[in-house]
Amino acid sequence: MADKKVRYLKSIEIDTKAERYCRFRKKGFKYIDYKDPDFLLMLCNPQGKILPRRLTGTSLKYQRKASQAIKKARHLALMPYVADNLN
Amino acid sequence: MNRYETVFIMTPVLSADQVTETVEKYRALIIANGGKTVHEDAWGLRKLAYPIQKKSTGFYHLIEWEAEGSAVLPFETEFRRDERILRFLTTAMEKHHIAYAESRRDKSNRKAEPKQEAEVVVEMPKKEASTTEEKA
Repeated sequence: MADKKVRYLKSIEIDTKAERYCRFRKKGFKYIDYKDPDFLLMLCNPQGKILPRRLTGTSLKYQRKASQAIKKARHLALMPYVADNLN
Repeated sequence: MNRYETVFIMTPVLSADQVTETVEKYRALIIANGGKTVHEDAWGLRKLAYPIQKKSTGFYHLIEWEAEGSAVLPFETEFRRDERILRFLTTAMEKHHIAYAESRRDKSNRKAEPKQEAEVVVEMPKKEASTTEEKA
């Protein structure tokens, strides 16, 4: 048994401790406003792209609403389609 | 009857009179199509996030209105024909959207009206703080 392989009974917990939650579900949002660009910026990266669900933890229902809101805000020039340094 | 919300952007070239004139035109158009306006909000001159028709600013105006669904198409056609309009967006309001808009209106009304009450509220915690200090 020269090459002992390390085996674990449980899967190792690496960075899985931080619990993800949907911020809209937690705060009881019913509607996401497209006229509030400052809030919608939180869901965008510095280039103005919409952040994916796997990074923000938003549930599918609200991700859909949020992305629609962001797209409406872009159409009305409240938010940029492309940017260099947001946030 | 459905409720709709329209936001449109007018060119910054217009004078204040011309802005009110354009808004009045669309207000009249809603009534002509058998609807009524519920709420209006002029955001004024705002900077655009990106240039539209080589303009970097525009007059934003929001109208919340009620009408039959058939009134939307002639309303939007008029926006497309109008050279003073840079952009417009009409959204049908579902119940959560209406509730959100109304609660927000209530909040802004409350802030605008009772200033004296707010001052009284500020005084209250001060008294409590002083009493706790005495106890300590």
